[in-house]
Amino acid sequence: MKFAYYPGCSLESTACEYNASVLAAFEALGVSLQELEDWNCCGASSAHSMNQDLALALPARNIAIAQKSGLDVVMPCAACFNRHKMADHALKNDPQKRAMLEGTINFKYTGDINVLALLDVIANKIGLNQVKSCVKKPLTGLKAVSYYGCLLVRPPEITQFEDPDNPQIMDRILETLGAEPRTWSYATDCCGGGLSLTKPTAAARMVSKLADRAAEAGAQAIVTSCPLCQINLEMRQSKTNAKMPIFFFTELIGLAFGLEKSKGWMSKHLISPIPLLKDLKIL
Amino acid sequence: MTETNLLQQINTLSSQTTQLCYHCHKCTAGCPVAEDMQYGPDRILRMIQLGQKERLLSSHDIWLCAACETCGTRCPNEIDIARVMDALRQIAIAEGAAISEPDALKFHKIFMAGVQTFGRSHEMFLFAAYKLWTMHLMDDMDSGISLIAKGKVPVMPSLVKNRAEVSKLFKNVQKKTEVQE
Ligand code: SF4
Ligand code: SF4
Repeated sequence: MKFAYYPGCSLESTACEYNASVLAAFEALGVSLQELEDWNCCGASSAHSMNQDLALALPARNIAIAQKSGLDVVMPCAACFNRHKMADHALKNDPQKRAMLEGTINFKYTGDINVLALLDVIANKIGLNQVKSCVKKPLTGLKAVSYYGCLLVRPPEITQFEDPDNPQIMDRILETLGAEPRTWSYATDCCGGGLSLTKPTAAARMVSKLADRAAEAGAQAIVTSCPLCQINLEMRQSKTNAKMPIFFFTELIGLAFGLEKSKGWMSKHLISPIPLLKDLKIL
Repeated sequence: MTETNLLQQINTLSSQTTQLCYHCHKCTAGCPVAEDMQYGPDRILRMIQLGQKERLLSSHDIWLCAACETCGTRCPNEIDIARVMDALRQIAIAEGAAISEPDALKFHKIFMAGVQTFGRSHEMFLFAAYKLWTMHLMDDMDSGISLIAKGKVPVMPSLVKNRAEVSKLFKNVQKKTEVQE
């Protein structure tokens, strides 16, 4: 099994532990990833605020590159996934936009390759059985809530992710790793990541609500697949309250697989998960 | 501009049918930033129908929308309001309207300038340029320093090799937008 890989800008910087843990998990699972040749930024939160056509053209260039590789392309970042799905949807269903994009980028869209979310690839394409077969150190005792945020699940007709109100895929992965997913009602509520720098008070309010609800649900940590949520949830938690660690789900895969490298990722966090992991004898 | 013109322009830019809104208020009821907004998404829709252009373009709401898509997913008339907000932002920029949330616009401008130059987005460049331009120099200093100390902000940015191609995208799209206007 082989996929094209679009890390996206955050994974080269503030979410470097996400990138490292994705690559390590795939290596352990025996699935190869081929980084998309000369990929560009998808424009994420800003292009769509300034120019609708540019917001489609930036991801469309990456789709053109993936098309050339002939491989389905995996996206770890929810924002990148959303923008590429949006462009793919326009290329597929809107003849006018398609003509504009084909002209701007100078390619012919075939629709032969798919844009895939990392969670979907690991749980459904590679499969939980294969994940299970690699677990060496089950995450026994770790109580966590799964947090998807907005962009992976909405708008559902674009993202085509599972049930946008009640996705289950991350809970299934956590169970497979031996952790204990807790039930809560906020898995797809917005964390305000897009406002983190420009309206920090609003973002902080949204983050405290999520952290409080997670604690109420009996969770010791929040697990996410989105780098923008992850940094916002770490940066905007109240400075005084006990702080809730925020994991990328692939970091937990690395820990449960017993990968030596995973220890290094834990020191990259703004809110250290090390005391919790030591308490639980996972580290 | 007449009511129909503004409404048509927004519908075209957003690919939505905003006249379908019957003001059930479901969007605002579930909007996570409604309490920070002046009007809330349902009233924004009403103002579009009434052609209240100036109020719309100078509102805080169009910049506060976090594009979380909660409203669009719930709207009984399937109006994707996040895209309507995007269209309003684009019109506000194009027409040089008074921007009520200048920091948001500065952030987007810096972000896009970075992408046009490097082909990728560089958080170091983005944070530094944003903090300088908005003069919010000391906010988040502690987080910024920790991020650098943890080696999360590479000083040497990774670049797209074919930067000319990415930059050309910007120019092509700009040209098309001008023709449309
Ligand atoms: S949910 Fe839809 S129909 Fe109801 S007020 Fe909002 S935009 Fe209008
Ligand atoms: S997309 Fe914008 S207007 Fe709609 S619920 Fe989210 S923040 Fe509110």
